[in-house]
Amino acid sequence: MAASQLHVALAGNPNCGKTTLFNLITGQNGYVGNWPGVTVEKKEAKLSRDKSVTITDLPGIYSLSPYSPEERVSRDYLMSGEPDVVIDVIDATNLERNLYLALQVVETGLPVVLALNMADLVEKDGDRIDTRALSARMGAPVVMISALKNTGIDELIAEAKRAAAAKGKVGEHAFDSAIEEVLEKIESLLPRSVAQGKRRYYAVKLFERDRDAASSLNLPAEAAATVENLVKQCEQDCDDDAESIITGERYAVIAHIMDECVKKAPSKMSVSEKIDRVVTNRILGLPIFLLVMYAVYYLAISTFGTAGTDWVNDNLFGEGFELFGQAFPSVPMLFEGWLTSLGASDLVISLVNDGIVAGVGAVLGFIPQMFVLFVLLSFLEDCGYMARVAFVMDRVFRRFGLSGKSFIPMLVSTGCGVPGVLATKTIENEKDRRMTVMTTTFIPCGAKLPIIALLMGALVGDAEATWIAPLFYFLGVIAVIVSGVMLKKTKLFAGRPTPFVMELPSYHFPSIKSWWLHIWERVSAYIKKAFTIIFASTIVVWFLSNFGVYEGVFGFLPEVTGGLEEFTDYSVLAMLGSAIAWIFAPLGFDTWQATAMSITGLVAKENVIATASSLLHIADGSETDPALWQAFAAMFPSMGAIAAFGAFNLLCAPCFAAMGTIRAQMNSGKWTAIALGYECAFAWVVGLMINQFYLAATGVFSVWTVVAVVFAALIIFQLFRPMPKWAWDEDAPGSGAAATATA
Amino acid sequence: MKTLGDVKVGDSATIVKLHGEGALRRHLMDLGLIKGTRFTVVKVAPLGDPVEINVRGYELSIRKEEAAIVEVS
Repeated sequence: MAASQLHVALAGNPNCGKTTLFNLITGQNGYVGNWPGVTVEKKEAKLSRDKSVTITDLPGIYSLSPYSPEERVSRDYLMSGEPDVVIDVIDATNLERNLYLALQVVETGLPVVLALNMADLVEKDGDRIDTRALSARMGAPVVMISALKNTGIDELIAEAKRAAAAKGKVGEHAFDSAIEEVLEKIESLLPRSVAQGKRRYYAVKLFERDRDAASSLNLPAEAAATVENLVKQCEQDCDDDAESIITGERYAVIAHIMDECVKKAPSKMSVSEKIDRVVTNRILGLPIFLLVMYAVYYLAISTFGTAGTDWVNDNLFGEGFELFGQAFPSVPMLFEGWLTSLGASDLVISLVNDGIVAGVGAVLGFIPQMFVLFVLLSFLEDCGYMARVAFVMDRVFRRFGLSGKSFIPMLVSTGCGVPGVLATKTIENEKDRRMTVMTTTFIPCGAKLPIIALLMGALVGDAEATWIAPLFYFLGVIAVIVSGVMLKKTKLFAGRPTPFVMELPSYHFPSIKSWWLHIWERVSAYIKKAFTIIFASTIVVWFLSNFGVYEGVFGFLPEVTGGLEEFTDYSVLAMLGSAIAWIFAPLGFDTWQATAMSITGLVAKENVIATASSLLHIADGSETDPALWQAFAAMFPSMGAIAAFGAFNLLCAPCFAAMGTIRAQMNSGKWTAIALGYECAFAWVVGLMINQFYLAATGVFSVWTVVAVVFAALIIFQLFRPMPKWAWDEDAPGSGAAATATA
Repeated sequence: MKTLGDVKVGDSATIVKLHGEGALRRHLMDLGLIKGTRFTVVKVAPLGDPVEINVRGYELSIRKEEAAIVEVS
């Protein structure tokens, strides 16, 4: 630590406005939601107006107990010796509970400044807080601020610098005299090496039987035994356990402080309560929620969003457009004209237009839809409604091993898997989060709709056969449920259901700035993907399908074949497709074209149709073109094989963009591999069962029929067997679980 | 034993004791659910679980399963 650097730690309860404050004073664009527990790791940034000050934003916590990872991260950092001063952010509208953490932070012996956030709301409610009395009682300076309205911030920073320089005086809240006596005795048993300011903190921790704190002290066995005796005696005297005693004492101290420092205005029913009365109403709650979501999707997918997306696809990347009576060329036209004028070869023009512009353009086309979707979803999240959704939906999702919070990612995934996977960020429990990441892309996204339309046409020859589309949606939903139930019984995900004790934050209108940051963070991540992963992959796919060997000559096929229309039959993609087509033989489709379609589908699901029309040599084939249906259907030996192809492509690993997002969310190569491996294996097994059972129904049996039956039996077994006993042991060994998971 | 989950919507009760041990119990205590704390059950989710309570001036959602360790009177 450089001597000139001042380290300021931001601590506080979840949802107290800590991250808003952090963004405000550092100019960072962290994610803020009206949802408890948005910050999972600590974040660091320099104060924007004074680079010699480093601010560390700690995860939102309720206590410095040793139980949750967030609490451990926070207290390890506080006790590491790095922070020079702690700003404890307090939601002033919820002072009582927020002071509970503040007391513990003061107890660490570090210089502390209490930032009473949401001062504007307190004023509006008519409550009065005597900051001077509060400061005296807590032994720390108190500053009223509003991170949202940007008031009191300069004073807060100045106060923090002053407190750091003064090295603080230790707060002197006193517990009941009997408890204080015991704490004093414990303090005297602490090693000399423990600094004066930290002695009380460690004494309290030892009293609470906090194992982490005890092991870091390395107390001699004799002293440890004495402490244990003291605590036991005290527990007997109070007829309560040590943790309860300390918690009770803390809340008793707070009750005194509240009496002395706060004058509450007569409570009236808040706007928040009035809204809540309606939206989480026992009868109306679910219908209102469905209506809200229907409206979100109607606006994003069917109206504004689609209008924008269609415009981008048909005009910007299609036929060109007219604006103010003036004709503008489309991007491909622009590139073609420009490259031709430069004298570029057909090869370069093909690479740029058929490869890069078409591929990246297809992805960019989704931006208007995604933008509208995020404007609405971010609002619902920031205003506090999503926390209520989790409350309403928890009962349903717990059935298959997930919590109410898993619902939002699944819902978002019906639009696009990328934001869906991103939305898993708000699930605190690691196992739940991983499982949600793994299963959420089973839900058919917007880009899978053309595949479904193609299947409808190929299966029944009618694009109006609207009963097929919901069938594939149900397939996705069933895949999520079946996977949830099965995976929960494997060693990777087993465990007691995560407690769902969640604060329901008051509703508030999000600040335009944080709302925009929230939208921008998500949209920009998507755009970045389009120009990185998608960009690279389109070049690869273009190369694979345009280069190959024709009559012994390797080269750019449109040239070496002399303009042969079926040139892709000789491409590298055709060779690769043929080489691995055997994998799909049991699923009923072993032509290289069908294989190539599936492979390019892994890049982007939009590619499936694009590849189909180019490989089947149907110019400009769209998913509603009967010629494409027939040519597509002709690739497959049976209806069962078509359905198997559909099931595989809808359920297997998602597009590159979503895979990249999964990698980022899992933050582990191993877990990414498990997730994608599971998805592909599950998709293959489902495809196998569909094809083989279809064949069996028509009287065709083979060794694969047996394999399909075995898989079906394994799935049914895993679904209906009781939760294994070891699942309740938290330290269950993790080996051999992947095998069960994919079975 | 009457637990938090048994309190009817709209009714208030006082916490007598938190049973069990470990993370959940401590978490509930940290949230202010301790001996002697008075709370009101505000509502129950449309499917009967979880319940929402008002305690120490804020709203908390808790499943009946978890509420079962909270003895009330």
